[in-house]
Amino acid sequence: MPPFTWAVHNLLCRCLSIPISAWFTLLCLFIIVPAVLGGCFSIRSLYLRTLLKIFEWATLRMEMRAKEKNQQLYKTHTNGIIAKELPASLQQEIRGSASCLCSDHEFDMADIFYFCRRGVESIVDDEVTKRFSAQELESWNLLTRSNYNFHYINMRLTLLWGLGLLTRYGILLPLRVTLAVTGISLFLFLTTLVGFLPNAALRSYLSEKVHMMGYRMCVSSLTAIITYHNRENKPKNGGICVANHTTPIDVIILASDRCYSLVGQMHRGLLGMIQRGMVKSSPHIWFDRSEVKDRHLVAKRLSDHVADKTKQPILIFPEGTCINNTSVMMFKKGSFEIGCTIYPVAIKYDPRFGDAFWNSSKCGLVWYLLSMMSSWAIVCSVWYLPPMNREEGEDAVQFANRVKAAIAARGGLVDLIWDGGLKRAKVNNAFKEGLQKLYSKVLVGDHEDQSERMETQEKKKIQPQDNEDTVNVCYHCRVLLLKEHFT
Amino acid sequence: MGSSSSSRNKIPNAQELMHQTGFSSAHLLRLHDRFESLDRDNRGYLSPDDFEVLGGLAMNPIGGRIIEAFFSSGQDTVDFSSFVRILAHFRPTDRNRNKEGTQQELPSSRTRKLKFAFQLYDLDRDGKISREELLQVLRAMLGLQVTEEQLQSIAERAIQEADLDKDDAISFDEFKKSLEKMDIDTKMSVSFLK
Repeated sequence: MPPFTWAVHNLLCRCLSIPISAWFTLLCLFIIVPAVLGGCFSIRSLYLRTLLKIFEWATLRMEMRAKEKNQQLYKTHTNGIIAKELPASLQQEIRGSASCLCSDHEFDMADIFYFCRRGVESIVDDEVTKRFSAQELESWNLLTRSNYNFHYINMRLTLLWGLGLLTRYGILLPLRVTLAVTGISLFLFLTTLVGFLPNAALRSYLSEKVHMMGYRMCVSSLTAIITYHNRENKPKNGGICVANHTTPIDVIILASDRCYSLVGQMHRGLLGMIQRGMVKSSPHIWFDRSEVKDRHLVAKRLSDHVADKTKQPILIFPEGTCINNTSVMMFKKGSFEIGCTIYPVAIKYDPRFGDAFWNSSKCGLVWYLLSMMSSWAIVCSVWYLPPMNREEGEDAVQFANRVKAAIAARGGLVDLIWDGGLKRAKVNNAFKEGLQKLYSKVLVGDHEDQSERMETQEKKKIQPQDNEDTVNVCYHCRVLLLKEHFT
Repeated sequence: MGSSSSSRNKIPNAQELMHQTGFSSAHLLRLHDRFESLDRDNRGYLSPDDFEVLGGLAMNPIGGRIIEAFFSSGQDTVDFSSFVRILAHFRPTDRNRNKEGTQQELPSSRTRKLKFAFQLYDLDRDGKISREELLQVLRAMLGLQVTEEQLQSIAERAIQEADLDKDDAISFDEFKKSLEKMDIDTKMSVSFLK
């Protein structure tokens, strides 16, 4: 018996080893090597274009079927549920027409309608809540997670979807997971090795190479197709790089182009191990839980790092939380107080191939990574903006807003004043005063027409891209409110 | 993988709701999505603090009253059908509704809109806006920006203009009469995208 089982065992091993070794050879040749070296672009763009054509076809079929049934397709609008017309200012609405600007307005029972409507509009659709859920798509990308029209799918579409499912979970996902695991283990091994070298210059040179390799492998494991713009503005040593935050993958995307020093809390478990490995070979700034509370300590460590011109630039995400990549929310002023050069970077993801936004309240990190790896691809554009410095007479908050506006303009995102922390906390009560002030001006304080006209002119000059939530807060109120918000 | 999206089957009594409110099925789906995104703990109903996190509402001087309008009849939860029924008040008024012969009045009719606004003033729901209730609303809308005397004079003027039977309070009919020339439709309508 034993020789028989031994023979079977032998045969089994030999049979299995051939496909496994073939698998690994293929992997090495076609994926790891190009990944390390920087990738082949023609195949990728072909892949993307084919996918886009398929998506358009799928959406067209759904529309045709919906028409057959005489029903409306659930059209997703990136603008939301309500038509966003030009927001009438409180003055215009309540007074009725611009011509009676001079006469005093008497209180009317109908004045309440304005507030009522604004309130209901924000219940139905507001600028902030929708930033914390995934962006809606115009055409279906064959992923169940972004479909709203289940009952318009016929046999052909289901077949296509099934094929897509098989490709994604059967081929793409295992490939990517293997790549990721190989990449991370290799990275950890090499950084530890490099950490043992005595020669500092050699160590920093090699560690840079190792880090870049690690990041590039992670990028390929997600099939992230990144386009870098304005590379001449790439961050230099001795500064801080700020970017808008959508997902933890942002770090990998930026770091595969040049090395940064990361800032963050020291975690436990696998992430903590990775963090400790990274520190051995290059200067990252990890804080213990207790140190995070101490703002001065944090600021001191950051400024020490920045003052040393040989050290890499620090990468910081001032929003403090993940936003869904349609807007940029309030930047926390901490990193803008240090007084060094800021290198702004705008990152914009293309949601058609896979939504990169991490909704931390809906799913954990591992689930998120798996769903990233089972999307078609992660396509994004990175714009390096010219460096900015704090100007004379500008305080940290104004500087932060200036940088935020530049990033929003470049990436085609909406610039909001709201705090990303609103995901979890409530709005400051002081915002209410703004509207009350305006309404009282309409009713009572009308005598200084001159100053009012000047105020509206100032308002127009300074906030050309106001959105509905902030439109009726005059400039002075806004500065007051923002100041309160930050203390 | 992936979260399941809403389909018409998930909305209870969808046909009935569409009939009673006048929303199309696409609108209902969107509102259902909105309901779910406001209901962050996935309980199937909303409570007042789910509304209070909305920036636009917290900033609104009468935000608290609008929230209360959703929680009428003493309950502290609102389910999806009640949510939609209240929001239906803000649909634009359908002018050609009556040709089907349905006797049921839609929430978006002029009278119903006025009734909704009336309830924002009339907190104790006794059918009349007393001087004190008017003052409360004015205080909410103006805050500390005006003096108490100014508030009193504004309230006085408003009551004198609208109060026809001189009982020092404004009933619903008097309210309707004082606004008969006003274009309620645009002021009290939220333009839902098709």
